[in-house]
Amino acid sequence: MHVELESIRDTLMARIKGEIDLATADELRDIIDDRLKKEKFKAVILDLGGVSFIDSSGLGFILGRYKKIKDQGGKLYIVRARTSVSRILELSGIKKLIPVYASENEVFQN
Amino acid sequence: MVAGVKNWVRFEFPSISENISFARACSAAFASQLDCTLEEIEELKLVVSEAVSNSIIHGYGKRPDGVVVLEITLREEKTIDIVVEDKGCGIEDVEQALQPAYSSVPDRMGLGFVFMQSFMEKLEVTSEVGVGTKVRMVKSLLPSGEDYGD
Repeated sequence: MHVELESIRDTLMARIKGEIDLATADELRDIIDDRLKKEKFKAVILDLGGVSFIDSSGLGFILGRYKKIKDQGGKLYIVRARTSVSRILELSGIKKLIPVYASENEVFQN
Repeated sequence: MVAGVKNWVRFEFPSISENISFARACSAAFASQLDCTLEEIEELKLVVSEAVSNSIIHGYGKRPDGVVVLEITLREEKTIDIVVEDKGCGIEDVEQALQPAYSSVPDRMGLGFVFMQSFMEKLEVTSEVGVGTKVRMVKSLLPSGEDYGD
């Protein structure tokens, strides 16, 4: 698993690559939460374009970030989820809570 | 080999989370002998990941000294049988554990068994407190060229 963080105006972009499961979810959480502690963002975008697999541990990571960012008054978005990942997001009900877009441009336009 | 069994494999590995991706990859590679669709492979990877994660998190409480057993049997009639077993703490109330959104661990979504029930035709959970848990999942795969549609 690999994650690149980038600040775009008042938005934190997290480009994640690899698989999100029990072995990687905690590290991912710590990297993102550490950045959220240091800087204030109005929105966080999780770019899942490079994510080839996600299970319920990965969904727990996403839901945890959603709650944290919401508590800080911000919004969480998901972009570029592959079909297999998107299906799991749908089945879990996460899509009802977190807006999912095809690209970050769509987030900024909306 | 037992009649009706095309092939089988059995792995034992320590209860460390790094082995979850190993279990997924092995399951996917082994099941591909049955000419599965990509969607079926993705589903098998997910249910194996959930069952092995459950053993590590709930069975052994993330202790690394436990052993998880994964056994996969491919049958002639294109059926896959997956067993994940641990000698961990066991589940006190299996019926409760199978309920959607139930989790004994905070910050977990309680979706593991939901995914196993959704993607497999049969899910059997046998458990005894202090002895361990055995999860058996069975699925008939589609003949080549077909898909599940909506």
